Amino acid sequence: MFDTLQDRLNSAFKSLRGKGRLTEADIDATCREIRIALLEADVNLSVVKEFVGAVKHRARGTELSGALNPSQQIIKIVDEELVAILGGETRTIRFAKKPPTVIMLAGLQGAGKTTLAGKLGRWLREQGHSPLLVAADLQRPNAVNQLQVVGERAGVHVFAPEPGVTTAGGADQPTGDPVLVARRAMYHAQQKLYDVVVVDTAGRLGVDEELMRQAAAIKAEVRPQETLFVVDAMIGQDAVNTARAFAEGVGFDGVVLTKLDGDARGGAALSIAKVTGRPIMFASNGEQLTDFDVFHPDRMASRILGMGDVLTLIEQA
Amino acid sequence: NALSRGLLALLARDRIDEDTWEEFEDTLITSDLGVGPTTELVEALRTRLKVEGVADPGAARRVLREELLRLVDPTMDRSLATEPGTDANGAHVPAVVLVVGVNGTGKTTTVGKLARVLVAEDKDVLLGAADTFRAAAADQLETWGSRVGVPVVRGAEQADPASVAFDAVRAGQQGEADVVLVDTAGRLHSKTGLMDELGKVKRVIERTAPVGEVLLVLDATTGQNGLTQARIFREVVDVTGIVLTKLDGSAKGGIVVQVQRELGVPVKLIGLGEGVDDLAPFDAEQFVDAVLSEA
Ligand SMILES: Nc1nc2c(ncn2[C@@H]2O[C@H](COP(=O)(O)OP(=O)(O)OP(=O)(O)O)[C@@H](O)[C@H]2O)c(=O)[nH]1
Ligand SMILES: Nc1nc2c(ncn2[C@@H]2O[C@H](COP(=O)(O)OP(=O)(O)OP(=O)(O)O)[C@@H](O)[C@H]2O)c(=O)[nH]1
Ligand SMILES: [Mg+2]
Ligand SMILES: [Mg+2]
Repeated sequence: MFDTLQDRLNSAFKSLRGKGRLTEADIDATCREIRIALLEADVNLSVVKEFVGAVKHRARGTELSGALNPSQQIIKIVDEELVAILGGETRTIRFAKKPPTVIMLAGLQGAGKTTLAGKLGRWLREQGHSPLLVAADLQRPNAVNQLQVVGERAGVHVFAPEPGVTTAGGADQPTGDPVLVARRAMYHAQQKLYDVVVVDTAGRLGVDEELMRQAAAIKAEVRPQETLFVVDAMIGQDAVNTARAFAEGVGFDGVVLTKLDGDARGGAALSIAKVTGRPIMFASNGEQLTDFDVFHPDRMASRILGMGDVLTLIEQA
Repeated sequence: NALSRGLLALLARDRIDEDTWEEFEDTLITSDLGVGPTTELVEALRTRLKVEGVADPGAARRVLREELLRLVDPTMDRSLATEPGTDANGAHVPAVVLVVGVNGTGKTTTVGKLARVLVAEDKDVLLGAADTFRAAAADQLETWGSRVGVPVVRGAEQADPASVAFDAVRAGQQGEADVVLVDTAGRLHSKTGLMDELGKVKRVIERTAPVGEVLLVLDATTGQNGLTQARIFREVVDVTGIVLTKLDGSAKGGIVVQVQRELGVPVKLIGLGEGVDDLAPFDAEQFVDAVLSEA
């Protein structure tokens, strides 16, 4: 087994010299390797196929240059295509002309929404905003407490009129209605002049129609400028199903990729960007409130391919 | 469904071409089975179909199911070590189950649900809240404790997790609990400091009682990184079983096939929701049928 795409491609190209054009057989061999590399990085299969098709098309028309060997040349094409998809439309939060700006977080269970609410809160506060975090997850045990602690650490206020599921509130009984909390939060924010409202919601599965409707109802209530789909960078082939389900069920404007401090390749980034056409806006890369960054498409491309150094060299060639 | 369609198409041709096999592999790859196991499975299938001269799609499907089942291995021991014992001096020693995994996979929830199962078996259960890191993690476990009627030992915020785990197991020993379930903070396997801390939690517990069961909680949506997670957690705390959570979603959890095969660690339990009763024993046949259902 070869560890890196570079090794794989070099072996596929053993017999080649950097002259003329690549033959169809060379391109096929390369594309097989690229396909495997992307699948091992958890890029969704349908996305891999389309992507490899595009690479093949470009590779056919390419003159080999002197500076790069054939495998490097193909890698360059692959990298450019990746960055084009990942960075299609980079942007950051759009603020409302008339405050408050509302940011709603949605995603699967355990993706990192509540943690992100704290990170966003801190980040916005540092930029001179006065954000309010809203505890609209009344379902997960102690989700409200968690947001309160996170808000305290971030130095931002938390609107939490309902305790949600806690020991005190009867552990089995979710209290209150998240849609109502959302509505009251908007009123509260207007009264108290918060200029950004970040709504934390319960984790939900794409296949859970009832909870998807609830998320849509929350959204209708707060009418966010930005609905962010929060997704774990470790997710596999299911990324596409889930992203589609959220796109259809709730609708989202941007993506936040979490747990990027791990060693997952994060091929889901490519799948989601490609399938939904929504930009990846932020990267969450740790459990601390400061572990938060805008998304860098070029770094993500190297990461998916597992070949940072090579790409730097190729850039320079 | 796509798989049987693929098979039908495949069998309708006189010569099965490479494209057809590739299509066929594709259906398995979308379950997160991984390129390696998929290739191997398809190779095995090819050989068998040829040798046995299988011609009808129904029979071919059965062969595929058999091959996949063989990979998942129904013969593995998937029982949980939850019987208390006695030490050399005849003193009571509770069974200890340590629950570990990366962030957000469902550890705390699994501890709650597992406590419910054990209580239903008439066991005396105690929970240890050794996640002293994440905001409100101990509160969350406490809520689970009261949901299922089981006490929780917790420490101060930001306390040393090993000392909380130690206290919980000690309390379990003194109170003659049958089982102590220890919840730990989520940690990425790539963070050596946090993994060392986890190793220490286990070692400190073992001053009082052996840790008979170390459950690694894997999220079914996890892709190929799941294998690395399992490999490193096994190195650090010698994982004895996998809990595959969130199987109630659309993800198939195919990564556990590689985990089982490469590490020999069996999947013991599956998580099927956020409710108290949403935990079930892993069943190899059901798992395989789910992978094949609409892969
Ligand atoms: N390493 C790492 N851990 C993270 C990151 N973001 C969140 N986490 C951790 O992931 C776990 C889940 O995070 P939460 O913020 O509770 O996730 P959530 O989406 O709100 O979860 P639910 O509300 O249960 O759906 C926690 O242990 C967090 O500390 C990240 O970027 N890196
Ligand atoms: N649908 C579904 N959700 C689950 C399942 N197991 C856990 N969850 C949810 O996943 C989220 C994370 O669960 P936790 O038990 O807090 O996960 P954890 O591993 O303890 O998280 P950290 O301690 O932050 O690392 C919560 O919203 C749970 O309700 C399951 O089997 N199915
Ligand atoms: Mg949350
Ligand atoms: Mg936990």
